[in-house]
Amino acid sequence: MKGNEAIAHAAIRYGVDGYFGYPITPQSEVLETLEAEMPWETTGMVVLQAESEVAAINMVYGGASTGKAVMTSSSSPGVSLKQEGISYIAASELPALIVNVMRGGPGLGTIQPSQADYFQATKGGGHGDYHLIVLSPATVQEMADFVGLGLDLAFKYRTPAMILADGVVGQMMEKVVLPPFRPRRTDEEIALQCPWALTGKHGRDHHNVITSLEMDSVKMEHNNIRFQQTYKTIEENEVRYEEKFTEDADYLIVAFGSVARICLKAIEEAREKGIKIGLLRPITLWPFPFKEIARLSHRVKGILTVELNAGQMIEDVRLADEGHVPVYHFGRMGGMIPNPSEVIDALQSHFPEITIK
Amino acid sequence: MPKILGAVTVDEARCKGCDLCVVACPVDVLSLQPKEVNDRGYHFAYMANPEKCIACGSCALVCPDACIEVYRVVEK
Amino acid sequence: MKPQDIIKPENKVIARPRLLLDAHTHYCPGCSHGVVHKLIAEVIDELGIEDNTIGVAPVGCAVFAYNYIDIDWVEAAHGRAPAVATAISRLNPGNVVFTYQGDGDLAAIGTAETIHAANRGENIVIVFINNAIYGMTGGQMAPTTLIGQKTATTPYGRRVDLNGYPIKISDILAGLDGTCYVTRQAVHTPAAVRKTKAALKKAFQNAMAKKGTSVVEVVSTCNSGWKLSPADSNKWMVEHMTEKYPLGDLKNV
Repeated sequence: MKGNEAIAHAAIRYGVDGYFGYPITPQSEVLETLEAEMPWETTGMVVLQAESEVAAINMVYGGASTGKAVMTSSSSPGVSLKQEGISYIAASELPALIVNVMRGGPGLGTIQPSQADYFQATKGGGHGDYHLIVLSPATVQEMADFVGLGLDLAFKYRTPAMILADGVVGQMMEKVVLPPFRPRRTDEEIALQCPWALTGKHGRDHHNVITSLEMDSVKMEHNNIRFQQTYKTIEENEVRYEEKFTEDADYLIVAFGSVARICLKAIEEAREKGIKIGLLRPITLWPFPFKEIARLSHRVKGILTVELNAGQMIEDVRLADEGHVPVYHFGRMGGMIPNPSEVIDALQSHFPEITIK
Repeated sequence: MPKILGAVTVDEARCKGCDLCVVACPVDVLSLQPKEVNDRGYHFAYMANPEKCIACGSCALVCPDACIEVYRVVEK
Repeated sequence: MKPQDIIKPENKVIARPRLLLDAHTHYCPGCSHGVVHKLIAEVIDELGIEDNTIGVAPVGCAVFAYNYIDIDWVEAAHGRAPAVATAISRLNPGNVVFTYQGDGDLAAIGTAETIHAANRGENIVIVFINNAIYGMTGGQMAPTTLIGQKTATTPYGRRVDLNGYPIKISDILAGLDGTCYVTRQAVHTPAAVRKTKAALKKAFQNAMAKKGTSVVEVVSTCNSGWKLSPADSNKWMVEHMTEKYPLGDLKNV
């Protein structure tokens, strides 16, 4: 099935309580699949086509405030519209899952794949000091798996998580093993697990309030310090990445999402010609695998980042590298996707000492 | 004919002296303190003519700060 | 009989609503918000829904509504309260959900969310405070500001050629199939307060009975923004506001 369809099926099976979305290419299959599956008849999951991306993310905010497992999906321009709401969700310390199946920008751009929302996703996106946990799937299997992982992490840390997929992963079809069905949590379980949730006061001696507003600067700074402590804990515990052929690599490619698969193909072809290249694929784009890239930067002669953008993740790779070895970027934009030989050509252009035997 | 006797209490600390109760009272029971103010500097309302109160509740109904409570006795 | 003989617990006929929290409100003296808060607290108490009501506070003067009424609350982004309420209501059908919004929140930045929540017939109550001005930000023009009305951003009075017309959003909402009850009330006299309370009670009962969206507009005053005394604001409201925004039921099915 398609990556977008996998998201929808995984959401139903995970026991998601509510999905709120608005059609936009190339991710409309998420909403379409959910509407076709009619999960409200089976698991009781609420599916609603909102009047806009703005309304959809605020529905997610409302649903999350009641302790429910809720999500939305969109593509780049729509995710821009959601940013205010995402900031509110982060500031209110609510769990939620946002899926961005990226298309080329800026502006209305193109419906073809892109990775140009890396900055937006990993540096906050909306206003204020906050982070999302950002998961980058490279396969349809990961599209399915990251729904559950994203929501688990979101609830564990009470912070929104994002699946940052490129249009390739959203649209391509692969075999996938869907997660087993599990029941949605009962209201009693939610009240127990999420004592902060708005359930109505039922038996509580105090009212619960979800708000991001605090007029007292001292308290607002305390709130921010608490957010940053959470982010630090996440950075210490939740970095995920995949390494291929790095043991003996002379050069390192860092790439995420579908591009990592193109790069892996390029690396395999290059190795047949005697060029030892390794791959590091960040799975969490935030928290970013700084330590792992730093470790590898001591072993290789140079690093190339390959991205479907003008050079965004390269900034984090350079921070990790700390000037140890040269770091270069190769990217295609506007919906164009590089082929493996272009990747090797780019590597050779930056590192002329590489010669094909 | 039974006579209705009324009285009100004003939560002086909560009163903002907006005067709406004074205007709403049909029998001129209430006034704002001409000189005295509460902790927040407001001239709070008080019963200037308590004997006139008919416990109609108009003052309490229009009070934005819910600081007026109304008492009623029916004297036979 | 002296007042101290009358003021005894057994003689109390009007008490401070039980569900109003102890906090002093941040509202200006004479502000209509306080009256409407009081009525909502009474209605929730009288309907026995304290334990399953969830309020959605707006951005605007009523942003701190959650500090004043002892129920669960969420504070929405500016204009998005009906979307927030939609999800809460859909995901928690056992709860009674209402939004509390001002004219800027509901009829300017949140017009889309308001209209579409009402058009879907969400089982929610929308309490709409229309005081024809942006109170919190310092008295700027609202979508409901009257023609000729002076505000911080229409210092010479609202002009049609520059600013268009005041929007009668409740009339629009009454025209949608999803609304079951749309009414326009006020709280300037004891009688008006009683009618507004009855309207709120009906609206909450509609939400409990899953009848669709109920809208209670309260034509209100903003004496600070209007630069009048509270009593004069009520007079100005009657003389000017009710002509454009006549009181009474717009829809009741």
